[in-house]
Parts: sequence; C-alpha cells; structure tokens
Amino acid sequence: MADLEPIVGRYVRLVAGGRPHRVYFEEAGQGIPLVCLHTAGADGRQFRHLMNDDAVTRHYRVLAFDLPWHGKSLPPAGWQDEEYRLTTPGYLELVRAFIEALGLERPVVLGCSIGGKIVLELARLHAKTFRALVGLEAADYQAPWYDDTGWLHRPDVHGGEACGALMSGLIAPQSPSETRWDTLWMYMQGGPGVFKGDLFFYRADGDFRDRVAQIDTSACPLYLLTGEYDFSCTPEDTRRTAQKIKGARVTVMEQIGHFPMSEHPAQFRTYILPVLDEIRQARSA
Amino acid sequence: MPGVFQALPALVNGDASLVRRGRYCSTTFLVEAGESAWLVTVHEGRVERVERGPFLMREWSFAVRAPLEAWRRFWEPVPAPGYHDLFAMTKAGHARVEGDLRPLMQNLRFIKDVLAAPRGRA
Repeated sequence: MADLEPIVGRYVRLVAGGRPHRVYFEEAGQGIPLVCLHTAGADGRQFRHLMNDDAVTRHYRVLAFDLPWHGKSLPPAGWQDEEYRLTTPGYLELVRAFIEALGLERPVVLGCSIGGKIVLELARLHAKTFRALVGLEAADYQAPWYDDTGWLHRPDVHGGEACGALMSGLIAPQSPSETRWDTLWMYMQGGPGVFKGDLFFYRADGDFRDRVAQIDTSACPLYLLTGEYDFSCTPEDTRRTAQKIKGARVTVMEQIGHFPMSEHPAQFRTYILPVLDEIRQARSA
Repeated sequence: MPGVFQALPALVNGDASLVRRGRYCSTTFLVEAGESAWLVTVHEGRVERVERGPFLMREWSFAVRAPLEAWRRFWEPVPAPGYHDLFAMTKAGHARVEGDLRPLMQNLRFIKDVLAAPRGRA
C-alpha cells in the first residue's frame, strides 16, 4: 500500500483583475471550509501539517491556494513585460474569487503575514460572509526591518538565497531543524521579484492604520495570533492593532516566529486547535 | 569576549557545511563589540584571520557594530526575542550594519551563521 497523505491538489480557473488565472490549490478534510492564505514569497505548502492533522480535518475542509506567481500557480499571460506587485484590491479580489469559484459557504479564512493582513480587510469589508477570521502575524502596520527591498531582486545577489537568509531570522530558535529548513526552501524557490512584489502590499499598500477601527467583530469573530520571535510583525504590532478593534482576540504564541504553521507545527497546533474548536462550537450553538 | 573571536576560525573552519555555504565568500569585515574592534578575513568560506583592533588605516567591506551586552545576549544558547538574529538586533536598535552591504547580502546566510557560530559557547 502506498503511504498516501490525505492532501489532494487541483487547479481552478478563475478571473481576477480582468485576467484569467489558473490557480493551484490543495485540500484535505471535510466540514467547515477553512481557507488558508500563505505568507509573502511562499506558497500553500506551508499548510501541509495542518492538512495532515486529523484533529483539524475531522471538522474542517482545509484549502490552501497558491497566489498567482507563487508555487504551482503560474503568473498570468503577459507577465514577462510587467513588474509583479500585490495590491490590496487585487489580493481581496483573488481571495473572494477563489471562494466563489469553489462555492465555499461562509468559510473561515486563516491567513499568515500578508494573508493575515488581508484578513483585516476581509473583516472590515465582508465580515458577514465569513464564519470567523484568523490572522497570524497580522497587524495594521509594521515598521520595516529592511529599508531596501531591491536586494531581493537584482542580478548580483541570488534572490532565492537572499530571501531564505533574510527569513531565517524570523523563525524561532526553538523551531525544529526539519520544518525550519522546509520553510526556508519555499522562500528559496520563489520566482524572481515575487517576494519583493508581495512586500509592496505588506510594507506600503497594506497600511491599514486608518481603517481597522471600522471592523465589527459582532458580525464575524476575529482572532489574531502572533509569535513572540516575530520581529517583522511583532506581538506589540498585533496588540496595538487589536486595541483599535473591539472584540478582537489576541494570543501571543511562545517559541514561535513569523511562520507558525510551517516552522513549528506541533507548537502551533496547541494554539490553533482551541481557536478552531471555539469557532466550530459557536456554529453549533 | 576576546576568546569568542579568537575561537571563530576553529568554529567556522571545522564546520564543513558552513564552509561550503560560504565558498564564494572572500572579504574582510569589521565586528565591533563595545569598545573593541575585530577584523575578520574570510577566504572562500574559511576564516583565515581574526585581528584585534584598534585599527587606524584598515579597509573592510561591511561592519557590524553592537554593544558587548547585545553580543552576549545574541550568543546565549537560546537567545531571547530581539536578540536571536542579526536583523532582529538592527531593527530593535541593538546593532548597526554599515558599509558595502553587497558581500553581506550575497553571502547572507553564511555571514549570519559565522556571527552566530559562538552561540552557546560564549
């Protein structure tokens, strides 16, 4: 017997930004749809441990798609003549197009970093269409820790090596070697300029300090979980954000950095399982 | 503290995978720890020389400067948040990186691992 994992991958065709996209996604489990959004410059493989966790997939249909330009989702036709940049409206449209294309009803969305940031906009603009929203390493703004993203995309510096080396510091010292290097590999595999293009959203376009106070958590619960070793989006950034959002629930995760689900899955599940249980029980109440 | 830098060649050169990671790195960089300064010369991933300052007319590509206490915390076996990575330290204001950053960024993982090599031994 082959030792098959429960994860299945497929492609879905959808339109966003007026252009056709062929988007790769993986899924496992049955129940409440749980759409997972990967970090900048990475892909949906970050959620493979969550998808292999029976305690999650027993109750949730876990789905993770690769943003166009990432993982197994190709860039849209014509990409060779443009500079990739993720924007707030573009990202919102992609997430909503994916949910609509698969006919997911009132899903939970769980996003990390840029994915956590777009969760804040989903909460503000479309709360009623979600069962709950979970932002990992999310804040309305984070002070930059590198002032020149040009280092990520220039011919005299290997972009993949540089992305991996930069991200290595955002992983907690306690994270196991195997999952630490898995996480970095995804960064090393990113296409040229893609991480830099995502950071345009993370650092510039996604400054939501003027709007997060509009989020109504009575329409949709909002959970924010941040790792203590994350110096990109710090626990303080998340706390400050949550102070403006009545009802937002904040957890600081010990021995975790910027990539909870992929750098230290065993530690992360001790934090995320109670949240998923609470979301599920609220539904049946 | 002097012992930490003097041990650097053995720590780095005795780690074959680290030397391999740095095989395209040949440069001299400056490390300041409080009042003391050290020049670290790397050739093809091996630390060839570590010299103690003060220096008057020496060249280096890039410099990493931090107070003694910051390095001490950086080298703890399990460093605290904010002291666990070079750029965590620069963002928090515990350290500064200056000079020609190209050799640093071209060999970033290697240089970060060289600086962290004394971790748990300092």
